[in-house]
Formats: sequence, C-alpha cells, structure tokens
Amino acid sequence: MTIQFNEESFRDDYSFYNSERAIKRFPFPFHEDSYMYSVNMEQHRGGPKDSVYEKRFDVDEHYISEMRDRAIVLAEDPLRCQSLPHMTLAGWDLLELIMVSKSEDYPDLFELHRDGNTWRWINKPLGIDDTFTFLDDATLPYGPMEYITRQAQGDFAVLDQRDDNLWMDAGMVTTQADWSLDFDIGMNFFEWHAPVPLAHEKGIFVRALKFLLNIQQGAPARRLNWTMTVNPLLDTSPENYHKWGIQKTTLTPENIGAKQHLRVELQTFFRLPRSNALVFPIRCYLCSFQDLMTVPKWGRRLHRVVRDLPVELATYKGFINNRPMMLDYLKNFDDGLPTSPGIWPDLETEPPLQK
Amino acid sequence: MSGAEKIAVTVTDIVPVNELVTRFEFKRSDGGLLPTFSGGAHTVVEMRDGDITRLNPYSLMSDPMDQTAYTISVRRDDQGRGGSLFMHTKIAIGDEMVISYPVNLFSLDLRAKKHLFLAGGIGITPFLAQIKQLERFNGHWELHYACRTQSLGSYVDELTSQHPNETHIYYDDQKQVIDLVRLLDGQPLGTHVYVCGPKGMIEWVRQTAAAEGWPREAIHYEEFLAPQPGKPFEVKLAVSNKVISVGEHESLLEAIERAGVDAPYLCRGGACGQCETNVIDYSGTFIHRDHWLDDAEHASGQKIMPCVSRFEGKTLVLDR
Ligand code: HEM
Ligand code: FES
Repeated sequence: MTIQFNEESFRDDYSFYNSERAIKRFPFPFHEDSYMYSVNMEQHRGGPKDSVYEKRFDVDEHYISEMRDRAIVLAEDPLRCQSLPHMTLAGWDLLELIMVSKSEDYPDLFELHRDGNTWRWINKPLGIDDTFTFLDDATLPYGPMEYITRQAQGDFAVLDQRDDNLWMDAGMVTTQADWSLDFDIGMNFFEWHAPVPLAHEKGIFVRALKFLLNIQQGAPARRLNWTMTVNPLLDTSPENYHKWGIQKTTLTPENIGAKQHLRVELQTFFRLPRSNALVFPIRCYLCSFQDLMTVPKWGRRLHRVVRDLPVELATYKGFINNRPMMLDYLKNFDDGLPTSPGIWPDLETEPPLQK
Repeated sequence: MSGAEKIAVTVTDIVPVNELVTRFEFKRSDGGLLPTFSGGAHTVVEMRDGDITRLNPYSLMSDPMDQTAYTISVRRDDQGRGGSLFMHTKIAIGDEMVISYPVNLFSLDLRAKKHLFLAGGIGITPFLAQIKQLERFNGHWELHYACRTQSLGSYVDELTSQHPNETHIYYDDQKQVIDLVRLLDGQPLGTHVYVCGPKGMIEWVRQTAAAEGWPREAIHYEEFLAPQPGKPFEVKLAVSNKVISVGEHESLLEAIERAGVDAPYLCRGGACGQCETNVIDYSGTFIHRDHWLDDAEHASGQKIMPCVSRFEGKTLVLDR
C-alpha cells in the first residue's frame, strides 16, 4: 500500500497525529495486565501483515516529518551523532543493511542500483538520488552511518563487540527517552545500563548480554520497551530536559487525553557482516491516551498496568507525579472485564466498554 | 532450530593443497550471492555420512567481500572421528551440501594500530581472510607462521610472494622458532595479537604475553576443538524424558540431536558458550574439554558443554 505522509511537527505547535491506520498498528507493549522487566526478546522475522513487525525497518506516515525533526536536532547539537574512528566499517554495514532492506521491502519508495562498488540510491519520499562508491567515505556528504540514519526513522546505537561485551562506539540518537549518546559513548553494556532500577538484581542484563553476543548474521531479534511522554516530543534528551521536563507539569484532567502519550520503542538487533558489530535500532512510536482508548482492550489493560507498576519503575520512567491524574483518566476505560492475552487490539473479539 | 541460519550450497572446486590439506569451494545452489562476512568467521559444514550427521566448523579463508563463493581448507585427521576424512574421501565437485551463515568468534579488534598474527599449521586459514580484509582498508599487519615442513606449509608461497614484507615463515623441521619475547617487545603501542593453531601454541602465546605484561584484551585466540572419541556412556535427559547412549565416536551433543532433541549450539568446538547445559545429577567424572567454562565451573559438577566434553561414570542427568 502507498503511504500518505503526514505534514506535522514534534515541537512548538505539536501538530503530530496518528491516522486510524496508525492507531490500529501501534505497537502496544503489554501482552498481559501487568508489567515487569524481563528478557523479552524474540526473533525479528516479519509479523502480521501491516504490523510494525512486518518489515525489517518499518516506514510509516511520520517518516518525512521525523526526518525533518532529526535534521533540526542535529543542526542545534551535532554531538547527537558520533562515530569513533574504528566504527566506520560498521557504518557502511549499516548503510548497506538499510538500503538493501528498504529497497526490497518498499520498492515503490526506495531503489538501490548496484554496479560493483558504484551504488545509486533513490529515496523518493525525501527526494534523494545519490550515486557514490561503496566503502569510499569521500563520495558521500556525511559519514556512512550519518548519511543513512538521516534517512531512517528511529535512533541507532552501533555496538562494537569485543572482550565478551558490547561497546557503544557509534550512534545517531535524536529521539531518545532521556539518555545521552554523548554521555554513553565508549561505555559497555553494563555501564550504560547502570541507571536502570531492579533489572540488575534480577540478572536481566547478564542474560540479555549473553543473548546479544550470540545474535548471528541473518537472524535478527527484537523487543519492545516503553515509557510516558507529555506532548508528542521525539527529542526527550537530557541535553534538552530544561525544555521538556517542565511540560510534564502542564497536564490537567481536561488535556491529559490529548497531551499524555504512551511512548513505545521497537528495538531490533542485527549482526553487521563486515565489521562483526551489532546495530541496535530504537524506533519510537507515540500514541495519545485518547487515541489508545479507542481500542477497548488497550483501555482496560493500560489502566491496570499503570495502576500496578512498581514505584521504582514509575519513578525511573519519570511519571510518578502524574500517575494519580493518569489513573483518574484511565479508570473510566476499565470496566473490570477480562482481557485477551497478547498485544494485538482484537477489535472483532473484545467487547466494547461496558460503562 | 538451533545453530545459525543455513545455506544450501554446491561444491564447485576441490584442490589438494598438500599431502594433508585440501581446499573446498562452495557456491550457493540457487545461484544467488552468499552473505559477506568479517575476517575470522567460520561456517559449520553439515556432513551426511550414511545415518550419521556431523557438523564441523571451518574458518572461511576467502575474501570476505567476495559474495560469489566461500572457500575452506580441511586438514585430514586420520585419528579423528571422521569428519575431515569424510570431506577428503567422500565429497566430489557438484555435491550439494548445507553450510551455516558465517559466525565470527575471532574477529579483528578494529581499534588496533597494528595486527600481529601468529599461526600454527592449518591455523593459518582465518588469517587469510583477515589479511584480505585488512589489505582492502590499508590496515597494518604482520604474520608469523609456523609449519612442520616446507611441503606441509599451506599457502606459504602465495603469502610470501604477495606480502613479502609482512610474512615470516618458520619450519619446525629446520628448528626455526618464533622468538616470541623479542617479537612482542618490539611491537608499537596499540598492537593486538591473534593466535590460531594447536593448543600448545595458544597456551604458549597467552602465557608469554601475560608474563610480558600485555593486557588480556589485546590477545585474541581461536582454537576449534574437534570432539574427541571416548568411552561410551549413558545420559538421562530430564526435560525430554529420554535415556540416550553416547557412542565412542560421537559427541554428547550429536547423541542428543540423534535422539531428536533440539539443543542449542553455534561453534561445536567448545568456544562460543551456546551449548552450555545444566547438570541435574551425576555420579562419576566429567571430561571437560571446552574453553568456555572456567575452572571453578568445571569443578562444580553443575555444567557441561556437550559439543566437546564427555563423562565417565554411572549416572548423568542433564537439564535438556
Ligand atoms: C545493545 C543493545 C542495547 C542498548 C544500546 C541499550 C541501551 C539502553 C539505554 C541507553 C538505556 C537508558 C539507560 C539510562 O537510563 O540512561 C536502556 C534502558 C533499558 N534497557 Fe537497554 N539497551 C540495549 C539492550 C537491552 C536489552 C537486550 C534489554 C533486555 C532486557 C535491555 C533492557 C533495558 C531496560 C529494562 C531498560 C530500562 C528502560 C525503561 O524502563 O524505560 N536493554 N537501554
Ligand atoms: S557449541 Fe559452542 S561451546 Fe558448545
């Protein structure tokens, strides 16, 4: 299907919106009525038609606007994109992975023509038609990682693998949930995860790292993570906390349905062939509470999850102060009926709200 | 399914390199391109020998950027369990085989200012791919390669003619030995050392480097252990509720697979950690041969790596 791209913003007037199609395919992250950290990883090999799992790199109606927002962030703060010198080969790996995947998965939007090392890349939505020499940095306007991630939704952490650990040695990070590439650059898996509560004690990171170190070429994996964001902001970085942190206090019972967004990250993991590095795309999806409530199952479940979430997690995710107001709103959409297992909306089978 | 993704290939070339070593070339049977890989990667080759299936890892030695074909070199091991003999005697050009996607447990540290390669015998193969990779990016490397005799020196001629300044050859029968202490001493800051060869050589390099004060992270090694034959033994698989017997010439992992139980693996050579299995109960002695578990884990009696390790005794119950 051809995608109708939205004209929208993620700052100032916040004209971001989700179409009905986007709401139905929103990656609702709760497969049951409660939530706790776990090693929730599965293979990334497609999924239901038109779901965000279907393609290797999901392209949706927000594509053009998200890329515009990334360009604004980079213009103000070039350190959002960094690559240590030994990561250039991994950057080419990533460029190849994205170009090959997108041109195969969305042939009407992207084309890749390869003649030996002379490559022609056509990105129709962004109006790009570039010819360059593969593995020759001088033939691109930016480094290979920056070039391709200016054309790909979501953040990208590129991890070097050595000494049985992963090292955050490159990345493009402009749509992050309150962490900083400039702070984390050069850190290993345990160091950059240090601020996360409860998960270390449960041994989650030891097991997760073991899994990641063994991810092989041709067998990518994925998981979902989530948090809460007031206003549809992509750039909730520590660098700009002074701009968005205060917006959390603007929530009122009247505007919460429109302003409060569930923020979901579709995180995928790919082994990169030439460098043996690992790439970790973190794709951010936003959905307002009022849009989520159009799916009865999600209304029931979100109330229960937010209500029962351990204090440590609600604090770490930054919504502990607003939790009572969220619950006042969400409880109107929970009639106490049971919910079906799994994340899908199940609109045909789940009963409408009984109040 | 356990292990890496599979690729159906056809044997397109077989070249005897010397008395012991033969080179095999594979192309995709469907005519498509093979995945690129990073120097140091191996592939696991499936060998169907009657009703026995063996899966042996071999380092990829071809140019990592060449997606048309992969090559491996197989050294004949007359004492082994037959994998290499099978390749040498039963495989012909045109045969269809199944190999795995490349897996790299011996990758270059791309931060290194210089890569110092130490090879022993057939351990030369991963370096052949790494050298091709480094040459493409003007990387700085040097090779010290020990062979038993001139006639058994696989790829010595092409290395010395193409890279005369970087290549240094040592023949055991001429009593030529790598002067390791001096070699390590003369390296520029930021050098990484890679060793691939027999167990004794790896130990010697690791210990010498440690004694010379080299950081552990700067020493990389790869040794694929071939599973060794041993006395047959019985195992109870608790999860699948089966009792199996492990024959003299098969590994514990192979016996588990033969019983129809899907067990995880990657390297099948005691290096990657994927096959790690919990021991529920035992009475007897473990013959641990892997590089994965540490000494305390070996002594604990709680874990075994079934791809290479065995057991002698009355009872062994595994969590599988
Ligand atoms: C290599 C890939 C990964 C990268 C680059 C990465 C990066 C990060 C970063 C930067 C944070 C924010 C930490 C902070 O507060 O500063 C984070 C949080 C977290 N990560 Fe990862 N991570 C990776 C893989 C994983 C995996 C496989 C798991 C599996 C369990 C995991 C679990 C978590 C959890 C539970 C949090 C807290 C999130 C929240 O509550 O919002 N991470 N990760
Ligand atoms: S399969 Fe790699 S250690 Fe056993």
